Amino acid sequence: MTVNNWTPEQPIVSVNNVHKSFGELEVLKGISFDVMKGEVICIIGPSGSGKSTLIRCINALNEINSGSIKVLGLEVNDPDLNKLELRKKVGMVFQQYNLFPHKTALENIMMAPMLVLKESKEDVHSKAQSLIRKVRLEDKQNSFPGELSGGQQQRVAIARSLAMNPDVMLFDEVTAALDPETVKEVLVTIKDLAAEGMTCILVTHEMGFARELADHIYFTDRGVIVEHGPPATFFENAQDPRTKEFLSQIL
Amino acid sequence: MFNYFQKIPGVSSFPRQTDLPVLLPYQASSSGDPVDLRFSRWLASSSPWVMVLLFLVISLYPMIVLAQSKYTLEDAFYTLWRWLPFIVGSGFVMNILISFFTMLIGTVAGVILGLGQISVHTPLRKFSWFTTQLFRNSPWLVLLFIVMLTFPYEFEFGDRIISIPDWMKAVFGLSLPIMANISEVVRGAVMSIPTGQWEAAESLAFSRTQTIWKIILPQSFKRMIPPWMNWYAILTMATPLVSLLGVEEIVTLSRQAMEAEDNHPELLIPFFGFALVIFFAYCYPIARWTLKLEKRYSVKL
Repeated sequence: MTVNNWTPEQPIVSVNNVHKSFGELEVLKGISFDVMKGEVICIIGPSGSGKSTLIRCINALNEINSGSIKVLGLEVNDPDLNKLELRKKVGMVFQQYNLFPHKTALENIMMAPMLVLKESKEDVHSKAQSLIRKVRLEDKQNSFPGELSGGQQQRVAIARSLAMNPDVMLFDEVTAALDPETVKEVLVTIKDLAAEGMTCILVTHEMGFARELADHIYFTDRGVIVEHGPPATFFENAQDPRTKEFLSQIL
Repeated sequence: MFNYFQKIPGVSSFPRQTDLPVLLPYQASSSGDPVDLRFSRWLASSSPWVMVLLFLVISLYPMIVLAQSKYTLEDAFYTLWRWLPFIVGSGFVMNILISFFTMLIGTVAGVILGLGQISVHTPLRKFSWFTTQLFRNSPWLVLLFIVMLTFPYEFEFGDRIISIPDWMKAVFGLSLPIMANISEVVRGAVMSIPTGQWEAAESLAFSRTQTIWKIILPQSFKRMIPPWMNWYAILTMATPLVSLLGVEEIVTLSRQAMEAEDNHPELLIPFFGFALVIFFAYCYPIARWTLKLEKRYSVKL
């Protein structure tokens, strides 16, 4: 296993020249970027540009073909990597929520800390209670996912990831499956999180949100980062024709 | 002109017709089911009156055909009546017993084999797959013959000799195809859980064992019950196969009873008809229940 020699001055996530193919199809063609602790970065781009694949590579849900991804000093592209150690540090929220339908909201949150971190039931219970208050669902804690709206499910999913005390949170188009009016409640939750200093990597189509919240924006198309920069310069002063075209379509 | 619209009872009073191109309503095929329930569907689709009809045919047919015979219908049914406690008590009970034990062994072995089929350990997965396919695609009767004729009738444990009764060997023989089919039921139910569940568990640092036992199996368990019951009904129907090998169950004993009654041909229909009715009466409720459970469990999320 990689020796964990990460210090806070180094990037918490460091992606370096990552290539990834599904069979013949190369979806990531040399992606590099760094994320410092406490930063919020947004990855935007047209469908099929490899955004989701990229974010899934960071917690080893997808394996990369070449290059390097370092998360808190752990090399993801290492055959001897202990994936469980990596995933304890990286939380992930999915587009389709993926709550466990046979468990209540509270049980969904409590499962991983109890089974994986082997924390005591009392500790986990009080932690889960405070998390469910944080996502403003204390009145729904005993509901099953099937009884919750999409926005509520997504907030439970965020709380479930936070229960593992991750250092980095990955959000994979978390509002894409939601109704416009419930999008806001999820975005507010993520905003609170960012305000507390959580490192967040978001794949999103919410441009207004990206602009408001992100420290840095990366625009990807066909497997490469076309353009990146802080939101102000990115949105006001895009250089690349592809970025301009994308922004003109979406804004 | 074709009728493009399905008639919906209570909604459409008459079939609407059009000669315009129409996008037909999407009909979910049963291919999404973990394992199809053809047998249960077929059995449950018959009306409960089938049993009454069977009974009437059994009673009336010989009355018409054998009206002139000396050995009257009354005699035949009286004979059946006299043998009934024996045929049911020693015969049909044996069929049920065989079906229970077969299902027990088949389920335990099938679950193990099914979990083997989803193992990450490649040789184990290949072995489980091969075993499943082998026994799933073999004729039951051939498997029965192999087990009945090759298995020893007794085992020696040191100085103790444990004899294996015929019916127990039949149980082993029938367990093999049941095991293979339950293995497919388990695999199918596990595969029917959306990949998002696996990914969510993985991203929370669950180990594979934890993912399977805490997340996947609890969800797939409900989906296994209807096909499992379907296989139980099929198995019960297949238990008379063992009569070919001399195991004393309902068909064997019915034949023995008829022989003891001088093999009057008039006895055939009452005796075998009774076997039909009793199997139908046993399996029909199971089939109805299976479909009911399937309907309930198919509503997901």
